[in-house]
Amino acid sequence: MEFPGLYNYWIVTGLMMGGLYIVISRRNLVKKLIGVAIFQASVFVFYITIGKVSGGTAPIVFVGNMTYSNPLPHVLILTAIVVGVAIMAVGLALVVRIKEAYGAIEEDEINRQDNNR
Amino acid sequence: MILNQLPILQVVLPLLAAPLCLLLKNSTWATWLTAVTSWLTFFVAVFLLQQTLEIGSQSYSIGGWTPPWGIEYRIDALNAFVLLFVSAICAIVATASGPSVIREIGRDRAYLFYCCFLLFETGLLGVVATGDVFNLFVFLEISSLAAYVLVSFGRDRRALSAAYRYLILGTIGATFYLIGVGLLYQATGTLNFSDLATRMPLLEDSRTIRAAFAFITVGIALKLALFPLHLWLPNAYAYAPSIVTALLAGTATKVALYILLRIFFTLFGSNFSFGTLPVDVIIMPLAVAAVFVGSAAAIFENDVKRMLAYSTIAQIGYMVIGISLATVTGLTGGIVHMFNHAVIKTALFLSLACAVWRVGPVTMDAIAGLGKRMPLTMGAFVLAGMSLIGVPGTAGFVSKWYLVTAALERGWWWIALVMVVGSLLSIVYIWRVLEAAYFRPVSEGAPTGEAPLLMLLPTWTLVATTLYFGVDTRFGVGMARLAAESLLGLVP
Repeated sequence: MEFPGLYNYWIVTGLMMGGLYIVISRRNLVKKLIGVAIFQASVFVFYITIGKVSGGTAPIVFVGNMTYSNPLPHVLILTAIVVGVAIMAVGLALVVRIKEAYGAIEEDEINRQDNNR
Repeated sequence: MILNQLPILQVVLPLLAAPLCLLLKNSTWATWLTAVTSWLTFFVAVFLLQQTLEIGSQSYSIGGWTPPWGIEYRIDALNAFVLLFVSAICAIVATASGPSVIREIGRDRAYLFYCCFLLFETGLLGVVATGDVFNLFVFLEISSLAAYVLVSFGRDRRALSAAYRYLILGTIGATFYLIGVGLLYQATGTLNFSDLATRMPLLEDSRTIRAAFAFITVGIALKLALFPLHLWLPNAYAYAPSIVTALLAGTATKVALYILLRIFFTLFGSNFSFGTLPVDVIIMPLAVAAVFVGSAAAIFENDVKRMLAYSTIAQIGYMVIGISLATVTGLTGGIVHMFNHAVIKTALFLSLACAVWRVGPVTMDAIAGLGKRMPLTMGAFVLAGMSLIGVPGTAGFVSKWYLVTAALERGWWWIALVMVVGSLLSIVYIWRVLEAAYFRPVSEGAPTGEAPLLMLLPTWTLVATTLYFGVDTRFGVGMARLAAESLLGLVP
């Protein structure tokens, strides 16, 4: 197998692992959400790139015989993007409420306040 | 004919009622609307089950696009059964919710709560009804998003951090599932369950398919809260409003388990899931660990709601043991336990909702002498608790009996032993509650008096159901056996 091969998979995997690492390692609630966003974005990129047919154009009405990219993964990912936006909105709204209730968005500080009650 | 439209009606009814709640802006009306919609949905599910029993599985193509190109809703014995009890639990919880929601969430925000309630129900029923892997993801996220918001309605500020953690872990689970679906689509070019299933035998050696299987299993196990992916569950259950806990415990984990069944048996087929990739040797030890860790944590818990949350983790362990046995008896046991546990846990959490309505947070000290202060509520708790332990004559006994039989059939006596020890542990934690409620003195000035009839009646209905299905096992076990046989491909 030649290196880098299908390079889109390297990009996707890199983004995916980076996003997941941010979610696990950061203690700041907003940074965690950023990690989730990157993680999700990597999946979006994955879907979009697998629909590409090399040499293909956009799948719109055309005359004659032409190769075109597979539109289905793109349509699927539009839906997934909407889901992602909704999750981000709910997540950030929760962070705002947490900031109001605890006065902090650092996980350590929140845990400390919870344990001291 | 409206009877042909039943599969979609199931999902559309709560979906349409949800924005209506928002427009009404009146909490009393929203309560009624939710209850009526949930009961209508339940009757649709009853009709669907009847149709399925008469004519076998049926397919409904959304918008007239024929599968596998369009989205297909496919109803067979398994999802007709799951639809029935999920919509039944939603209907009963919706009926009981009024007083508790007004006290714990407040009249001014209650209509928003009911909007989320209906969206949650839409998502769950959609997940169960659909026959399309991507559509399943969308509905899964609808129900999960609604669940995050429902949890965050809790009065304690810890509900917010619990909801946040649930959101992060739930999203990661769903995204894992999405990666798996992408890999499946890449290898097969289809998203339809039955279409995928027919292509699967040719692709068993493909590494893409194996990776897809791994991603999907881990993703759904996160939603299911299978040990060790259960970390979001205890806090989310403990700090959510009591009604939400009852709803989540009875429906959300059961639907995740249903997805796991579909993925293992319908989509990949039992030959692949348990032969090519021996998933049972991975999930069986996890399930056994779940039984022990969940029960042990429950024993040392001081908050009764949190205690039952840990017990849910243990009970999920039993159901997964049933699945990983992958025999007709094992699956029957797993599916019956899914049904029984849904009824039992909802009954337990609803009786706790009654207790919370009167005394506030239900710590062991707060419920001291509650057996005298709220005899009907605690009576329901005792009977449902006995069913959770698996006392003969209750529904919990029936499903555990099947699970133990299935384990012995395979010659795995140590699994049977695990289940018996798990039941003994559950006696310990249920006893702790009973000891506090019946044998501790009532402290001076403790709030006394029963919860409203509107909450007690649904609770007792559920308790009566578990007692009934403990004696008359024809319906529960019969449906579960039918579902298990269709999953293993023994009947067409």
